[in-house]
Amino acid sequence: MAFQSDNKVIKWIEYRLPIFTLLDHAVGTYPAPKNLSYWWNFGSLAGLMLVVQIVTGIVLVMHYTPHTSLAFTSVEHIMRDVNYGWLIRYIHMNGASFFFIAVYFHIFRGLYYGSYKAPRELLWFLGIIIYLLMMATAFMGYVLPWGQMSFWGATVITNLFSAIPVVGESIVTLLWGGFSVGNPTLNRLFSLHYLLPFIIVGLVILHIWALHQHGSNNPLGIDKKDSRDTIPFHPYYTIKDLFGIAVFLLVFSIFLFYSPNFFGEPDNYIEANPLVTPAHIVPEWYLLPFYAILRSVPSKLGGVILMFAAILILFVLPWLDTSRVRSAKFRPVYKQFFWIFLANCLLLGVVGAKPPEGIWVLIGRLATVYYFAHFLVICPLVGWFERPRPLPTSINEAVLPKAAAAAGE
Amino acid sequence: MRKTILSLGLAAVIGLVAPAAQASEGLALPKLSWSFSAPFGTYDRAALQRGFQVYKEVCAACHSMSLLAYRDLQDLGYNEAEVKAIAAQYEVTDGPNDQGEMFQRPAVPSDRFKAPFPNVQAAKAANNGAAPPDLSLMAKARVGGPDYIHALMIGYENAPAGFAMQPGLNYNKYFPGNQIAMPAPINPDGVTFADGTKATVDQQAKDVANFLMWAAEPKLEQRHRMGAQVILFLLLLSVVLYIAKRKIWSDVH
Ligand code: HEC
Ligand code: HEM
Repeated sequence: MAFQSDNKVIKWIEYRLPIFTLLDHAVGTYPAPKNLSYWWNFGSLAGLMLVVQIVTGIVLVMHYTPHTSLAFTSVEHIMRDVNYGWLIRYIHMNGASFFFIAVYFHIFRGLYYGSYKAPRELLWFLGIIIYLLMMATAFMGYVLPWGQMSFWGATVITNLFSAIPVVGESIVTLLWGGFSVGNPTLNRLFSLHYLLPFIIVGLVILHIWALHQHGSNNPLGIDKKDSRDTIPFHPYYTIKDLFGIAVFLLVFSIFLFYSPNFFGEPDNYIEANPLVTPAHIVPEWYLLPFYAILRSVPSKLGGVILMFAAILILFVLPWLDTSRVRSAKFRPVYKQFFWIFLANCLLLGVVGAKPPEGIWVLIGRLATVYYFAHFLVICPLVGWFERPRPLPTSINEAVLPKAAAAAGE
Repeated sequence: MRKTILSLGLAAVIGLVAPAAQASEGLALPKLSWSFSAPFGTYDRAALQRGFQVYKEVCAACHSMSLLAYRDLQDLGYNEAEVKAIAAQYEVTDGPNDQGEMFQRPAVPSDRFKAPFPNVQAAKAANNGAAPPDLSLMAKARVGGPDYIHALMIGYENAPAGFAMQPGLNYNKYFPGNQIAMPAPINPDGVTFADGTKATVDQQAKDVANFLMWAAEPKLEQRHRMGAQVILFLLLLSVVLYIAKRKIWSDVH
């Protein structure tokens, strides 16, 4: 199974470090199910955005100054004086949003097709940890330009830790490096914002390693049996991923070049001012559902616990979902609940953007309860009571009649 | 079922985006068609020059624009000599010199716009306790952007009967809360435009909004141009890759 080549240099290297064999196994001959749909493109898209964020981030750091008195103007210096600085900064700013868009599609794909079930639980865990670190990274990055939302967002989020009994206050002081959000806070968030993406890279490598142990799940959710069910990753999925990348970048470019501040808040173009509180403090859109859960609980500690629980509950999902069938394609009842769950998450996002008053408080509470009920009640019960539709015996068999029908037309 | 839920979800997302536009809770802003809004939009140089004149002769008495340097004005269509002449109208503090003293000298194109007040405290003291904000990024720092600036300029009215005004504040129908410390800055024919355009309040408001948009987003034209090229390229690339994908996949199934 070792990689074969007549090239002298490749042979010389391969003999000492079998890196080409490794790469060949990863993206060359790696057998992938032949029926993966376009929903399977979002993994490579998320990987692409991670690289984009790291490359643009490193260039930004060359011009950015992590000091409360200079950060805001240094970002504007990037926007105005650095050659193509506006492009780099807008790519990084919108890139964060598109990274989350890709990852959200990727996660909901997993929820729909049951990709978290055995034997892919660890793969799923690694994904959740990556997602958590992404949220931390993006939050810290948002603080760096030191606008009003940066400052007040940082104040609100770091203050959450004060809800922890006994040690809470000390943790907040440690996070701040003082007694309020200030220069030491900015410096430690900057340091961690640089560090975490590289930890994410490490986790992505583990994620892919775990993926390759049992291979990709597929729209049918059944295991591949023999070589008739699979095709080599290259060229089939390399070209499909490349096509996906081109389309994704096309959509990205429309926002980047024609509406670069669409995902942003006007308030972040006002320099941070500890004496003036903005009318509405809202986090970036990708954190809004969790912000809604946080504010739905009348007690601060309860809100913090529930907010973290909302993500941590994903770790037990493989056991909360009691159905042995993976794909929602064959699960008529779960399928309905999947779409309701998705709509509920979007609703939570809307609630997170609204001021917590009037009807929104009630809607937020109901949506929060439903969020947890989906995992704790609906998933186990549906798994028990639902009668799944019969599964095809193999991927190849399920794909063939479709191809035959297509050829007949 | 699935379609209904999806459309509900979509409606929810649109509901999420829409409130940002109404966050100011004020009156709906008059929406103007700006030359720079369209995908291929560019700035109207004549409007920028008029807008700069309004800023220079009116707003600059109270508002700084600390992110701009005089040399940036070349973007508005002024040549080097004109920019030099504009800069030279201002005296700035420089130094210390060899004797260790600060001194005054005429500004040069590389100097930043001279601020009307030496610090925030002075700005507050001269304006009833409300410091006029820096205008460099104003067009991106408010919901509505240039529409808001234009509206704010034309939004001054007598307070409706029974409206409790605080002393020293002015009624403006577009300002959130309706009470603003800034007195109506623009007067009819308050400036005389070199190109003969009649200086109505509305005209000056539009021009200064154009100018402030340019100040906040000076690379907009370059961005629009590059966007068209990149998107055209990606469209072609997508088509080519799609054809290649179809070809490679033709032997599967
Ligand atoms: C007499 C001094 C003065 C002049 C002249 C002046 N302003 Fe102001 N401006 C102020 C003050 C003071 C505020 C702060 C208002 C407040 O917060 O209530 C302000 C606020 C503003 C705001 C921000 C409003 C907001 O939403 O917070 C804008 C925009 C603005 N001015 C634009 C202009 C423009 C454009 C001009 C020139 C046509 C101008 N100003 C001339 C004093 C002035
Ligand atoms: C997981 C990948 C990353 C994400 C999700 C991310 C996200 C963000 C976000 C949301 C911002 C705020 C943008 C704005 O509003 O202006 C930001 C700013 C910044 N990031 Fe990152 N980032 C990532 C990786 C990196 C890396 C690897 C570096 C450095 C090597 C970096 C350096 C910076 C700098 C210097 C800024 C401040 C400049 C600015 O605000 O535009 N980022 N980041």
